[in-house]
Amino acid sequence: MTSLTGAGRVVSADPADPVGGSQDRPSGRSWRRRGSRPPTVLLAVSALVTLVLLMPLVFLLVEAQGAGLSKVLSLIDRPLTGQLLWNTVRLTVVVTALCAVIGTGAAWLVERTDLPGRRFWAVLLVVPLAIPDFVISFGWASLSTDVSGFRGAVLVMTLSVYPLVYLPVAASLRNADPALEEVAMNLGLGRLRTFWRVTLRQARVAVLGGCLLVALGLLAEYGAFEILGYQTFTTEIFTEFSVSFNIPTASALSLVLIVLGLLVLAGESALRGRSRGSRVDRGAQRSTGRHHLGWWTLPAMAALALLAALALGVPVGSAVYWWVTGTQHPFTGDSLADATWHTALYSGSAAALATVMALPVGVLAVRHDGRLRRLLERGNYLVLAMPGLVIALSLTYFSETYAGGVWYQTAPMLVVTYAIMFFPLALVGVRASVAQAPPGLEEVAHSLGLGRLAVLWRVTRPLVAPGLAAAFCLVFLSAVTELTATLILVPTGVQTLATQFWNYQQNLAYGQAAPFALLMIAITAVPSYVLGRFFDRLPGRAAGPQ
Amino acid sequence: MTDLKATGVEATDLTKTGSSVAVRAGAQAEPARAARAQAVTITGVTKGFGSQPVLRGVDIEIPQGSVTAVLGSSGSGKTTLLRILAGFERADAGEITIGGTLMDGPGRHVAPQARKVGYVPQEGCLFPHLDVAGNVGFGLPRAQRAERVPEMLALTGLADLAGRYPHQLSGGQQQRVALARALAPDPALLLLDEPFSSLDAFLRTSVRLEVLRVLRDAGTTTVIVTHDQDEALSMADQVAVLRHGLVAHAAPPQELYSRPADAALARFVGDANLLPGTVRGGRAETAFGPLPLTEGSPDFAEGTAVVVLVRPEQLRLLPHGEPGGVDGVVTQCDYHGHDTVVTADTGAAGQVTARCAGAVALPPGTRVTFRVNGPVAGWPAEGAEAAGGAGGDA
Repeated sequence: MTSLTGAGRVVSADPADPVGGSQDRPSGRSWRRRGSRPPTVLLAVSALVTLVLLMPLVFLLVEAQGAGLSKVLSLIDRPLTGQLLWNTVRLTVVVTALCAVIGTGAAWLVERTDLPGRRFWAVLLVVPLAIPDFVISFGWASLSTDVSGFRGAVLVMTLSVYPLVYLPVAASLRNADPALEEVAMNLGLGRLRTFWRVTLRQARVAVLGGCLLVALGLLAEYGAFEILGYQTFTTEIFTEFSVSFNIPTASALSLVLIVLGLLVLAGESALRGRSRGSRVDRGAQRSTGRHHLGWWTLPAMAALALLAALALGVPVGSAVYWWVTGTQHPFTGDSLADATWHTALYSGSAAALATVMALPVGVLAVRHDGRLRRLLERGNYLVLAMPGLVIALSLTYFSETYAGGVWYQTAPMLVVTYAIMFFPLALVGVRASVAQAPPGLEEVAHSLGLGRLAVLWRVTRPLVAPGLAAAFCLVFLSAVTELTATLILVPTGVQTLATQFWNYQQNLAYGQAAPFALLMIAITAVPSYVLGRFFDRLPGRAAGPQ
Repeated sequence: MTDLKATGVEATDLTKTGSSVAVRAGAQAEPARAARAQAVTITGVTKGFGSQPVLRGVDIEIPQGSVTAVLGSSGSGKTTLLRILAGFERADAGEITIGGTLMDGPGRHVAPQARKVGYVPQEGCLFPHLDVAGNVGFGLPRAQRAERVPEMLALTGLADLAGRYPHQLSGGQQQRVALARALAPDPALLLLDEPFSSLDAFLRTSVRLEVLRVLRDAGTTTVIVTHDQDEALSMADQVAVLRHGLVAHAAPPQELYSRPADAALARFVGDANLLPGTVRGGRAETAFGPLPLTEGSPDFAEGTAVVVLVRPEQLRLLPHGEPGGVDGVVTQCDYHGHDTVVTADTGAAGQVTARCAGAVALPPGTRVTFRVNGPVAGWPAEGAEAAGGAGGDA
């Protein structure tokens, strides 16, 4: 999985709504125009985008139908499938549970207690999200062969993805009304029962949203598990496809993987229930009262320090170690520059494409209402359940079957795959940015004598630009660290940072792999932090009386 | 100024306004005046959303340079009417002319940007990426900004805030920036959509006075949409009450208050005692004796059953037993500072409400006598019943 996949989504908006913020609606009057039907062009373009997004799913189904149900079932019905299912499910359950506990605990410590250095911890605990999972995995596995198999996978994945729970829970605790806790204490509940029945209750939706992202990420992960020698559906599909070139089996297993993803989605929305409806308008809010830790301060700080050391210190330290001690190939500098250029080219194109695709859907979602809009939103939601590997496979299959393989391993195909994979991220940024430019402002500008183009240039553009830039960056950063789909689709003879790292790592050339890992960390860590701050600071309403 | 000091930040702003007004009045009074203010006619305008009719044939005449308030409860269609005037929505039928030019009518719809209509939305809607001066100068050609922006800032008392951004302003200040921005291009018509509803009650009165002063100084033709009858009566030259998508009554505030078109309207624009009576010799014979009818009342036939309107301030409280009055027993006495509202049960006239200036200590059970001052408005009894039923929600 790509480590940023959750970050933007979570920091930006409603953690309960992984496709994109519902908080970007203003608290007062709704910006959605009641009664006015969305323009046909907007609907048509949005429908087209949704079709493109669902293309991989459709291809898979078409293929399965072509092969016949009995053949698909016979491909799935093997002892190996049972083993893969057991491996995948138990890892998903254990890691998700661990992340829920660690993420929620850390968030509570940082947001609701008088822990010293809270701002410092808040940054440090999130940074692991910007490091690709396969780099964290490499950092651990290259140090000790003991880190492997189920236990190794649990350790590495928990350390890689716990911030996906931490971020939404921290945001939710920060925004929660402390008065509720006070009322509970006032009604005679003890501290522990207050935490259980009130605090956790308030953060429930955020915890669930974070767990959803963790589970979906685990289903899609390839690189980390490959390094740790742990077999899941995704690693097996990859092997079937790129080693055995057994496309039918790979496709059949992909269907099982998608079903698992859909089950996770359905499970989350069932557990979440209607709790979103109970959220009370924020209104004027007092600063949150903090719990006094007392002599628990030191143990709490030690725990967080340990977490940061394991999740951040070990992988970075290990990469630096291999870089310093390893033998450097004379051409490393050249290949580093070349890989960086191609990474930037593909990721940049994908980011631009995804942002453009998200624009009509975002405008529709923020400004209009209606049954068609909700249908389109639900269609986009399904993309979440599609691992990058499956998207890449399905597009490859389609180009092989219907286009004579012309598109296979070409830059456009890779860019389109990225754009589909990271569309939900782009949508988060676009929705936030469209919400910054309410139609009221455009109307006022019209009444002041400006024509349509002038309004677009003088009002809409300056308001929307930061959010669009954020959308672009979210996709860009995620694409930079994407490994699985890149390995399949990268044009022949071309290397990106991720694939070059992967090649060296596979050949145990750790010294040569290390600079690529460090460069990826440097490229993603700083901008992710800046992006996080951007989404954090988005005001509910830019203008309007207080 | 003294009572405004209590409002804190706003009060200081207003104090500054006072001085800047003095400066402006001397040197630059003329350029600020609206040169392009126009008369507006709204004729038979209808509008519906889906199958829901919102406006069902609205007619209003708005004289040049006047302030007209469109008063209605929520859902009465008043904001829709404003949006049609601004050109954001198109009327289904009917015509709108501004300064004699057809803006909206069969086969014609002038775009909002070509109408020269200023618009102050409910939330102010300042451009968050521009400072105060940038907002105010937004609708002006570049060449005019240097001269016109300071002028508008002085007019609205914002001169010291030119460099501030919207999020650094208080609610009242934002409202005034929105007003200055709309007035800057010298619009033919200015529209205000519930401009004070987001301000707290204390601030509302002072900002309202301030805005009214600016509007009078500028001489702009203005339409204010509001659901607050107090606001409509105190600000406007003409109040048009919108009810169920129709203009129930359009008149100067005094006329609307003392002689509303029907009994339901009487209750909508203020507290009302509605008493039954019979017309005898051009007067209404009621429990309070014969009462003169207001000027302009219809010529009722002798013996017509009528309902008459007695405003609470028309009822005079007298010591018990005073001759020529109606006796009653006080049931409630609410002290409001500037006045006291006394509710009493009179056998003959039922429950009545009286308002008297200052503090009056009348514990429940006190026996008092009421007398009616001034002429009363009256409607035929059965007609009033019907109107009262239809407009009950107003």
